[in-house]
Amino acid sequence: MSGTSTIGEAAIQAGCKYYFGYPITPQNALPEYMAQRLSEVPGGVFLQAESEIAAINMLLGASVAGARAMTSSSSPGISLKQEGISYMAGQELPAVIVNVMRGGPGLGTIYPAQSDYFQSTRGGGHGDYRTVVLAPDSVQELADMTALAFDLADNYRTPVIVLADGVLAQMMEPVRIPSRKRKKLPAKNYILTGAKGRPSRIIHSFTMDPKEQEDHNWKLVRKYKQIEQREVRYESFLLEDAEMVVVAYGTAARIAKGAIKRLRKENLKVGMIRPITLWPFPTKIIQETVKYIHDFFVFEMSAGQMIEDVRLSLEGKGRIHFYGRPGGVIPAPVELYRIISRHYYQSKRKKGR
Amino acid sequence: MKKINSRPASLKEAPFHYCPGCGHSIVHRLVAEVIDEMKLREKSICSLGVGCAVVAYKYFDVDTVEAPHGRAAAVATGIKRVRPENIVFTYQGDGDLAAIGTAETLHAANRGELITVIFINNAVYGMTGGQMAPTSLVGQKTTTSPAGRNPLKEGYPLKFSEVLALLGGSSYLERVAVNNPANIRKAKKAIAKAFQHQKKKSGFSVVEILSPCPTNWRMSSVESCRWIDEVMTKVYPLGVIKEKKC
Amino acid sequence: MKGTIHIKQELCKGCSLCMEFCPKGSISLSKKLNLKGYFLAEFDDKKGCTGCATCALMCPEIAIEVYRG
Repeated sequence: MSGTSTIGEAAIQAGCKYYFGYPITPQNALPEYMAQRLSEVPGGVFLQAESEIAAINMLLGASVAGARAMTSSSSPGISLKQEGISYMAGQELPAVIVNVMRGGPGLGTIYPAQSDYFQSTRGGGHGDYRTVVLAPDSVQELADMTALAFDLADNYRTPVIVLADGVLAQMMEPVRIPSRKRKKLPAKNYILTGAKGRPSRIIHSFTMDPKEQEDHNWKLVRKYKQIEQREVRYESFLLEDAEMVVVAYGTAARIAKGAIKRLRKENLKVGMIRPITLWPFPTKIIQETVKYIHDFFVFEMSAGQMIEDVRLSLEGKGRIHFYGRPGGVIPAPVELYRIISRHYYQSKRKKGR
Repeated sequence: MKKINSRPASLKEAPFHYCPGCGHSIVHRLVAEVIDEMKLREKSICSLGVGCAVVAYKYFDVDTVEAPHGRAAAVATGIKRVRPENIVFTYQGDGDLAAIGTAETLHAANRGELITVIFINNAVYGMTGGQMAPTSLVGQKTTTSPAGRNPLKEGYPLKFSEVLALLGGSSYLERVAVNNPANIRKAKKAIAKAFQHQKKKSGFSVVEILSPCPTNWRMSSVESCRWIDEVMTKVYPLGVIKEKKC
Repeated sequence: MKGTIHIKQELCKGCSLCMEFCPKGSISLSKKLNLKGYFLAEFDDKKGCTGCATCALMCPEIAIEVYRG
C-alpha cells in the first residue's frame, strides 16, 4: 500500500471514524483515501474544512465529544494548526495530527524535507507544552506509528504528531495494518455528551488566576516527564563494533542505512541510532553510546535541527559531524557514503595522532 | 402571594461578572430559560467563543467547551458530527463570529451544520476594552476608532446575518435585541425557534442579538438601550432574515 | 391584581433598567450601597405593583423576585 493509504487504514483500524482535512501537496492522497473509506465505515465522517485552522478545530470538537479523530496536512498547513494544537495540549485533549513534511520555509517546495523538526518537537504554538512526535521510516512503521499515536493520545490525553514526509507518503511497500489492540486505556470521563445523570462538564484552558494556570502548567509538566520516562523509542543499527555512529530519522535514516551497508563492505565500522520518538528524544542511548564511540554523524534533510538535541544529549562529549540537505533535495545513499567515509578517515587520522 | 419567577435551572448559582446593564446577562437567562422549557439541558453542548462571555461555563449548567477565538463554529461542527443526537450551540460575540471567525461561521452555515449560533452583537470588542468591531457603526467612537469609524478606512458595519442568509445551508436567521421588554420577549421566542430548527434538522440557525454594552459605549444602561432603538436598529434592522419551513 | 417584588441586594448592580421600564414607576435608585459598592434599586410598595414582572424581565442579574396574588 502507499504511505498515505496506510496511514488512513491504520487510523480506521485503530477506531478513528472522524477525519478533517484540507488539500495540500504532498499529503492529498490521505484525505482522498479517507473520503472514500470513511463513507464505507458505519458512522464514519470525512469533512474537508475551509482551512487547516477550521480542520484542527473540528478535530478539537470531535475529541471533546469523545471520538478518535485525525487531521493531516503538510508543513504550511501544520503551521496554521499550531494554535489549535496548543489549545488541545492545554485542554488535555487526545488528537492525532499527521504532518507530511515538505521543503520550507514559506510556500517552499512540494518535495520531501525534515525542516519541521523544531516546530514539532519544541511545540509550534504558544505556552509551555510538548507534543509526542513519532517519526516512522517505512510504510510498515507508518501503520504502526499511526496506531500507536491513537493509543498514546488517549493514554496521556495529549495531541500526538506523526511526522512523515513526501517520500514516505507516496512510496508503496508491503504492509500489515495492525488491528486495534484492546489496550487498557483510561476511561474518557471528561468528554462532553450532554449532562444526563451527571453534573455538567467544562473543557477550557482559560483562567483569570495565574496561580491556577501555574498549577495547570506543572500538571502538564508532570505528564510530559512521565512520557519521557516511558515512551522513548529508537532503533540502533550495527552499534556493537561501530567507530562512528550516524544519527538520523525517517527517510534520512533509510538513506543512511543504504550508505552504512556500503561502508561496511569496505570495513568502515559505522553504526546508526535512529530516533523513532523525536519527542521524547532518545537521550540515554546517545549518552551510553558516547562512552565507547567518539564520533557522531548527524544527517538530516534540513539545515540541521535534530543536531541540537544530539548536542544537548552529548553535553560536550564526543565529536559531532553534520551533513544536511534542506529544501526537498533527496540525496542518494552513495552521496552520503562518500561524505561519511571522508569524515570517518578524518576522525581516524585525528585519533591516530 | 405566589412567587412567579425564579432563576432558570440551566443556570448555575454564580452571580454574573458582567458590567451593570450588560446584554450578556439577559441573554444568558433567556438561553437558559429556553433550554429548561424545551428540556434540552441533558442533551445540550455549548461551544463558547472568546470574549466577555468566555467564562459563561461558570453560568451555563450544560456541557461546555471553550473554543479558540473565532473557531466556535468549527469546534461545534466537530462535536455535532460526532454526536448528531445532541443539541449543539455556540455562544459568540461579534468579534469572535464576524471578524476572526468569519470563515468558520460562514462555512459552517454553508455546510448547513445542524448547530445553533447565539450571536451577541454589541458593536465593540468588550472583553479587551472597547475596540472597534466589524459590526461597529459608521462614526462610532471606539478605542481603536477614536475619531469615529470611517468607512473609507475601516469599512462598513458588517451585516453578517444577512450574508449567512444567502447560503443554502442556513435555515433560520433572526435579529433581535434585548433593550426593552417587548424585544426581550421576542428574543426568547427567536432562541426557542432556532433550537427548534436544530431539533428538526432543518439547517444552520442563528439568532443575532443586539446587546447593550454600557461600559464600552460610554453610556448609562438606559441610554444604551435607547441607543439600540434609535441608532443601532437603523443599521441592523430587527426581524426574521430567513426562515425555511420546518 | 396585586403584586410585590423583592430585590436581592447583593446581586443588584444599580443599572436602573428595572426603574426605566416599571409601568408604575415604583422602583428608584437609593443611596444605599451593597458590598460591591453599587447603589441599590429600591422598591416602594406604596406606588403600587401589579406583579407584571417587567422589572424581572429587564433585570440582567436575575436579582428581582416577583410575587403576585
